[in-house]
Amino acid sequence: MIKFTLNGRTVETDAPATARLLDLLRDEFELIGTKEGCGEGECGACSVFVNNLLQNSCLIPIGSIAGADIQTIEGIIETEQFKILDESYSIAGGVQCGYCIPGMIMASAALLSKNPHPSEDEIREGISGNLCRCTGYNMIVEAINLAAKKGDGLW
Amino acid sequence: MNLKNISTSVPKKDHKGKVSGQLPYISDVKVENMVYGVLYRSPIAYGKIISIQLPTLPEGYEAVGAEHIPGPNYVKIIKEDQPIFANEWVNYIGEPILMLTGKDLDILYSLLNEVKVEFEEHQAIYTLDEAIKQKSVSSVLANYEFGESLENISAIEQGAHQIIEEEYDTGYQEHVYLEPQGMLAVYKDDEIIVQGSMQCLYYIKNALLSALACGDDEVRVVQSPTGGGFGGKEDYPSMMACHVAVAARAVKKSVMLVFDRSEDMLVTTKRHPAKLKYRTALDKEGNILSMCVDIFLDGGANVGLSSVVLQRALINSAGVYKIPHFHAKGYVLKTNTVPNGAFRGFGAPQSFAGIESHIGHLSKLAKIDPLEYKRKYLVKQGDPTITKGKFRDPILVEEMIEDVLNVSEYKKKKEDFQRLNQQNQRYKKGIGTSLFLHGCGFTGSGERDHIKATVKLVKSKDDQVSLKISNSDMGQGILTTLCKIVAKELDLPFEDILYPYPDTKEVPDSGPTVASRTTMIVGKLLERAAKKLKNQWQTGVEQEIVEHYVHREMIPWDEKTFTGDAYPAYSWGVNIVEVEVDTLTGNIKLEKVYGNYEVGKVIDERIMKGQIDGGLAQGLAYGYLEKMTSKQGRIQQKSISDYGPPTSLDVVSIESKVFDNPYADGPYGAKGAGELTLIGGAPAVQAAIEDALQTSFQQIPITPEVIIESLWMKEGEEG
Repeated sequence: MIKFTLNGRTVETDAPATARLLDLLRDEFELIGTKEGCGEGECGACSVFVNNLLQNSCLIPIGSIAGADIQTIEGIIETEQFKILDESYSIAGGVQCGYCIPGMIMASAALLSKNPHPSEDEIREGISGNLCRCTGYNMIVEAINLAAKKGDGLW
Repeated sequence: MNLKNISTSVPKKDHKGKVSGQLPYISDVKVENMVYGVLYRSPIAYGKIISIQLPTLPEGYEAVGAEHIPGPNYVKIIKEDQPIFANEWVNYIGEPILMLTGKDLDILYSLLNEVKVEFEEHQAIYTLDEAIKQKSVSSVLANYEFGESLENISAIEQGAHQIIEEEYDTGYQEHVYLEPQGMLAVYKDDEIIVQGSMQCLYYIKNALLSALACGDDEVRVVQSPTGGGFGGKEDYPSMMACHVAVAARAVKKSVMLVFDRSEDMLVTTKRHPAKLKYRTALDKEGNILSMCVDIFLDGGANVGLSSVVLQRALINSAGVYKIPHFHAKGYVLKTNTVPNGAFRGFGAPQSFAGIESHIGHLSKLAKIDPLEYKRKYLVKQGDPTITKGKFRDPILVEEMIEDVLNVSEYKKKKEDFQRLNQQNQRYKKGIGTSLFLHGCGFTGSGERDHIKATVKLVKSKDDQVSLKISNSDMGQGILTTLCKIVAKELDLPFEDILYPYPDTKEVPDSGPTVASRTTMIVGKLLERAAKKLKNQWQTGVEQEIVEHYVHREMIPWDEKTFTGDAYPAYSWGVNIVEVEVDTLTGNIKLEKVYGNYEVGKVIDERIMKGQIDGGLAQGLAYGYLEKMTSKQGRIQQKSISDYGPPTSLDVVSIESKVFDNPYADGPYGAKGAGELTLIGGAPAVQAAIEDALQTSFQQIPITPEVIIESLWMKEGEEG
């Protein structure tokens, strides 16, 4: 039995310790916002926070998360920070097919909480682990820049 | 919000569901009594199946193969050459032979390892070069030839000052849509519902009607939110749909087939590798007297859509130029490799990379700046096309070039870079251009003879208007743009127009979501339907308006002679790219990218900008970053990082502008836009690298290895 915190609630699972956190979130907890794009830690579509650090959930065996604090996109939807990112992504046109977007939002939030006023280069660096095939990234970079301005003081 | 100006951006219809991650893609769906399917695929490139030995299957696990297909064993696309499950022969590594179904994927994969198939292996053809050499014996899957007679051209060549011959190679390109392919067949006693990630609902429905040999009301196709397509979900989903539907019928359960990334990269269609040969006669001053182009496409093991891809490649073989005496021919050749298919641009990116490269090299011989040389040959309104069609509408390319020259300070930079490069031994800067067009809509008579699109608008009693069309939003934004067209026509708030994910039970066949046709063709039909609805509007009454495609006959297309108007309209583009090349490592850094486009009329500025940035990122990467190879019939790159699509660190901000030039047969004047944006990337990046290194390349992608090799060769030559 593995016990951990998921989006603010204490939860437990009987799944084997070698199961991927990604599968646990999607199958057992039905949190579909965490997407699988590659299964090898290369695309960032499955990004979650593990103890406030951005991680690819496809690379995490659940044996390693006992006692950890896990947050998925569902866990941040109600926050002010998410609302700012949501609006900024809409204004900047950062969303096309949408498959990378929950992971990209997690990466954006992670970046801004570390660095509330990132430069363009720092934004590009901050989302470089998250692949997007539709946008060519520029409108996402612009969205994060906008969120930094709109959410000044929030992060 | 009522729309004043059609081009003004609005919030996208699907934004909320996507940004929160709560919009369910096919892999997010679970239905009752659902099992998974996994495919046993051929480990050899060419051979005969001698025997198949299955392991003992636990309860609830079953095997499905060719014997379970009620109809003929092929995926209905164009020709009947692609089996659903290999029958007797296998033609490429990865060809599906049978499917195992059951509840647990881990158990399925371990069972898959225990399947034993005995083959009699035969000599395969692995590469396009081998296929070209053996052309007489290997099968030509498609070929066309057109243009001025070779006798005339040979007479011109005899009087020419010199004849330049070049060979140019382009590689595979992999789509890397972020959502891997997935398809689910929901089993019901009287109906199979196939839902999944797709671009073309009726392609799939027709394939299913054939494979299941069933009645029209026994099968239904529903699009799930689709995480990127780029052509990769044009033809391949038909095969997956046949797999899950045949399996669902056989095991009487719902069957889900979702690829992981490596399976997706190894077995799904890709952009055709191509070889393009140019033979051009020049006079003393370097002016073009005549040109012959030969195009060879690697079709892979089945023809699929390759014949149509070849048509588009050929139609674009002279680029945006009026070449005095022109002849072209092309072949799709069979190799024992993964079948190649549709990819944004559909044959045009190969042709434009080739012709822009060749014309650039000719300009060097004539000692004229490449852009200046290209401008001498630019087509003008009223000029014939190379297929004896006509460029009917105004062409703004000259204006677009002038503008981007000013914005980019092209001339000044050319001089600055020359000076800088003399001072800096290691880092060299270069600037390059590309000029391109894209024929909008289906090639040739496709819209008139094959697609015959129909759209429907339905108004409910409470006056809610819904779009009933079979087109897929795969990220390009048609849920938003098409609703805008209808909203503006009806003078209703954009938010009030509904466009549910299409279901063939509800929607007529408005055609596939391909060929930059959706906005122009389907959008125009919707505009007409909305106009009609407005005229007939009765508040509180259910109403339905149906509109059919009407072909505006120009110069009729004849596929046999390869003559006539290949497209009703053309969109245009100009790119300028600046790079810095590290001559020590061969690394290329993009520095600046500019793009001017003309797509008739923009339906949503922000969505257009998204198409420009995204298409250009793919096009640029096609030229220098993305490399996929096959060895002994096996694709060598099976992970994203093996392949190398651009990350946020590879792209720079793109300065772009869109020119207004409304087209009479497009909604609000709109033409196609989605594919155009990819086409100019690779040739501009090649020209910039050539400018930096003062050398010529005969291939894309120009990877660091290619650059280092060329620098060594140059050093060798210079002694």
